[in-house]
Amino acid sequence: MVIDRQARLVEVESWGDYFLFTLDSPEIASQARPGQFLMIRVSETTQPLLRRPISLHNAEGNRLQIFFQVAGEGTRLLSLKKTGQFLDLLGPLGKGFNVRPEFREREIFCVGGGRGIAPLYYLGRELRAAGAQPVIFYGGRSEGDLPLRYRLETAGFEVLVSTDDGSAGFPGFVTSLVEEELKKRRPAFLYACGPDPMMEKLAETCRREKLPAEFSLESIMGCGFGACWGCVKKIRRDGQEKYLKVCQDGPVFSLEEIVWQEREHG
Amino acid sequence: MVDLSVDLGFLKLKNPVLAASGTFGYGLEFKPFYDLELLGGFVVKGLYLKPREGNRPPRLVETPSGLINSIGLQGIGVEAFCREILPELAGLKTAVIVNVCGEEEDEYARVAEYLGRHRGIAALELNISCPNVREGGRCPAQSPEATHRTVKKVKQVTSLPLITKLSPNVTDITAVALAAEEAGTEAISLINTLLAMAIDLETRRPKLGNVLGGLSGPAIKPIALRMVFQVARAVKVPVIGMGGIFSAEDALEFMMAGAAAVQVGTANFVDPDACLKIIRGLETWAEKHGIKKISEVTGSLQL
Repeated sequence: MVIDRQARLVEVESWGDYFLFTLDSPEIASQARPGQFLMIRVSETTQPLLRRPISLHNAEGNRLQIFFQVAGEGTRLLSLKKTGQFLDLLGPLGKGFNVRPEFREREIFCVGGGRGIAPLYYLGRELRAAGAQPVIFYGGRSEGDLPLRYRLETAGFEVLVSTDDGSAGFPGFVTSLVEEELKKRRPAFLYACGPDPMMEKLAETCRREKLPAEFSLESIMGCGFGACWGCVKKIRRDGQEKYLKVCQDGPVFSLEEIVWQEREHG
Repeated sequence: MVDLSVDLGFLKLKNPVLAASGTFGYGLEFKPFYDLELLGGFVVKGLYLKPREGNRPPRLVETPSGLINSIGLQGIGVEAFCREILPELAGLKTAVIVNVCGEEEDEYARVAEYLGRHRGIAALELNISCPNVREGGRCPAQSPEATHRTVKKVKQVTSLPLITKLSPNVTDITAVALAAEEAGTEAISLINTLLAMAIDLETRRPKLGNVLGGLSGPAIKPIALRMVFQVARAVKVPVIGMGGIFSAEDALEFMMAGAAAVQVGTANFVDPDACLKIIRGLETWAEKHGIKKISEVTGSLQL
């Protein structure tokens, strides 16, 4: 975990609201793991005040990649950064996905909804390096919400897409597509990242199918490194339910740990 | 060379910058970023007798130049702190201050008594001002009488120096400060967060799970500065100022208004090394202004 105030933005790709940034940040890149995240300063003023938590999309050599969607003022300011500018990064943060040796030669489902696809490219690479066969499920409202499809396919991953409006791939929710595939094949594990309703539905499916899984959760964060206790979610651990920090104890939690009935608002 | 040290009477600090409770974890969270011994000191997160669950999420919402939190003092409790954390802090050559909480007056005293039996603690900060743990944001620091009783009770059970942390959610903060002083507090720190809220227009619900929270950050600095100014003129004990300090210049304003030392809070979230930058900034400013001892700045406001 380091502060890199001199992370040079070397490449910007964008598709509507979605952005893929490539950054030069050797120290963070050398420590990074799939499923971890960065806290990025988006403004030099006090408005907005806090850094923004952004998932790591990839790390290779000296370079990091982040993939994000403009969802508010913070990500809007981030999206305005130009090639050659320097970003102020804190990272890598959190506990990432756990890739296990027994996944070797097994199929592993990686399910991403919308911007939740971000960490699955890096995870897919790690799974492949471990000898596993990642199957990436990519769901969006319509075709325009699947900007990384081509990138994932050209990287050689098996990619199954779904759209709510049927404009590309399987018509319907990505959770239904996963259900369909489970009728045909049995993966060793499932990873997921996406909006809460998608994750909750997937959790149900995994429990029913007795499929072990890990989910990457999202939360509003104050600091990103465990100092503020602002990002907690209810987690079942050591026989009791308690509020654990998404930034430090997560963002990746195992299926059986997550307490879904905690309805939040805002 | 600028002498950055300040003497609070009961405690000498190597510089006037303390990290504020609730924004600095138990201290160890910041070890990856810098040597904690560079700080004047730090105030660890508030402790009750028992572990505490904290409030339901969401617990944070950003507002213009500010942050509203409703953490609700989630924490490990004083026993686990003394067993697991304090041994790692006790050897540090910096002031380790522990923030003391209580459901009622007796609990404050019991937590203080428990901490008093351990080595490595420079002072206690009495947290009678958290707006997130009682109905409607109420706290003992809203009443001079309750403040007096709590300070007195804690003073009776511990010989550790006491810093009483005040709430800005009052009509006359000097009355509360004077009550704390009269009950024997060695210092006063202020301000805690301002009771606040934010609403989601689409759901028409509060943005915080706990409905109300405490506002911090640059947005509250002018109010904090005014209150530090008022209290510093009213009491004889040293005043530790805080509320939206993000730069050395902010810290200097508080010192000119009468603060002997300052605490840096929300800035630690944005820049984990914020305290360090502020300490360096104080030194640079003093050099530039030919000031040999930073303590000369305290109360130097010209009216």
